[in-house]
Amino acid sequence: MGAQVLVITQLRAGGLERVAREAIAAGQALATCIGGRASAVVLGCDVQAAARAAARFDLDRVWLLDHASLAAYTPGAYVGVLQQAITVLQPSHVVASHSYQSVDFVPRLSQAVDAALVPEAVSFETSEDGVVYRRPIMGGKLQARVRARTAGRTLVTVQSGAFQATDAAAGNARVENLEIDFSTVHADREILGVEQVGGDQIDLSKAEAIVAIGRGVGGADKMQPAKDLAAALGAEIGASRPVIDNGWLPRDRQIGSSGQTVAPKLYIAAGISGAIQHVVGMKGAQCVVAINKDPNAPIFALARYGLVGDLHEILPALVEQVRAAKAD
Amino acid sequence: MKIAVCIKQVPDTEARLRVAKHGRWVDEDDLPFVINESDNYALEQALTIAEQHAGEVVVISLGPERVKDALRKALALGAARAVHLVDEAFQGGDAASTARALAAAIAAQDCALVLTGAQSDDSGWGATGSILAGHLGWPHAWLVMGLEIEDGGSARVTREMESGMNEIFRLKLPAVIEVQAGINHPRYASLKGIMQAKRKPIERQTPADLGLGVEQVGASGARVEILDVAVPTSGDGAEMLEGDAAAMAATLVEKLRREARVL
Repeated sequence: MGAQVLVITQLRAGGLERVAREAIAAGQALATCIGGRASAVVLGCDVQAAARAAARFDLDRVWLLDHASLAAYTPGAYVGVLQQAITVLQPSHVVASHSYQSVDFVPRLSQAVDAALVPEAVSFETSEDGVVYRRPIMGGKLQARVRARTAGRTLVTVQSGAFQATDAAAGNARVENLEIDFSTVHADREILGVEQVGGDQIDLSKAEAIVAIGRGVGGADKMQPAKDLAAALGAEIGASRPVIDNGWLPRDRQIGSSGQTVAPKLYIAAGISGAIQHVVGMKGAQCVVAINKDPNAPIFALARYGLVGDLHEILPALVEQVRAAKAD
Repeated sequence: MKIAVCIKQVPDTEARLRVAKHGRWVDEDDLPFVINESDNYALEQALTIAEQHAGEVVVISLGPERVKDALRKALALGAARAVHLVDEAFQGGDAASTARALAAAIAAQDCALVLTGAQSDDSGWGATGSILAGHLGWPHAWLVMGLEIEDGGSARVTREMESGMNEIFRLKLPAVIEVQAGINHPRYASLKGIMQAKRKPIERQTPADLGLGVEQVGASGARVEILDVAVPTSGDGAEMLEGDAAAMAATLVEKLRREARVL
């Protein structure tokens, strides 16, 4: 097992997803870190175009796994082929994006190939402790530095946005078919279809201003000040996931990885701690105001203005001030 | 139908966290602990299925003595029995070593379904259930937003994808289902449930009871170790406004108008 990185690329509509290019950028950086080279594996059915797209990056090789059994994603088929690919190629490190698809199968792959698993890395560096990865814990309130504690292979998934797709170095890689035994590869799901969640959506992506509320609001009956503030600002109401899960607002108000992505001029986050699942949906906002009782809440790191205190006191005070300012 | 539910006891997400003196985890003294959020939803889903299919729910958790409180709560909500993997050797594990212990405990339970939350609110590996399924050789699904048990030993599963889409598929049972928060509305414990829970059994198991060596579990069996934890330093951080609520509100509106020019 040499110092080699294998990047698992995620495809959509026959092309590379943005997260696949981010994973390539991360794989190249990790290869530099360990003094090796990165290759990529492209898997699916009729995915030669995606393989050619991957070959335009600075990679040692693009390995193509093109087979009918991979036409639809299932963890059984993906783990089956990738386990064989890893056995043949012997990479020391495997990198994938921390997407909802990867998180579904990469842990199982780590068990199948008996590798250390580092989920949701945001950065890594070499040190006297070997490769040290940073990853969020406690919903992003803290970061842990972790490392593989035994010799052997490491599987890493990288958080969306932690590495930039545009940082992936260009090159000209050779595309090669990887010979594996597809007869032992089996889907473990019978795919029935896809559905849009929630039907008719309120489109928050065009909103100029959003008042977003989080778990800290404390209940469906405690939202009037937030609604008053939204009305005074001419803003839409949005929310982080716990508010939706608790049934305090309908699902079409959810902002984040499983909800809507927004980019307003003004984003007031009240009682939202700033977990990554929420942040990916609002980091395009121009001016973020964070209101939270915990001064260490990660939301303050990306806010322009921070107000530490009880939102049930601050929001009514803000409503008054905004109304007065608008009346000027 | 026997259903196992794996739950984890984690620090309350609302609690103020301090890094422990040794630097490798949070200081657990005086920290309030609760059942991990998505595990609550997994338990509710299991209880509902058990009611519909004349089943029984056994709740399993790995952790120190304090975890008894979480198990007792699950029993009060309607689980029939609890298994507590409790031993010094279980401590300090990662997803791999924790899953190995849980798989051994589940293999002894003869159940048709394992439910657990998709991710813990503390370590956040998002991997323990999937690895556990690998050990059992069962199909699994992560981030499940809908689950119906079908006649003939299968389950119809709705799984969340990015950007507001779900995928729907069928799995053969037995299977491991990792539930996303929001799949249902977890019940509250009744007084009767709380009284009954006091008489329900909590079985304590050690690595030896599971047929595992101490080197296979906890920190010794882990593939990944935490070197230290810290408050992240990302971005320039916010300009923190001073004063009481009224003063901060006045300053903010002024700054939004004159400085950020978004009002």
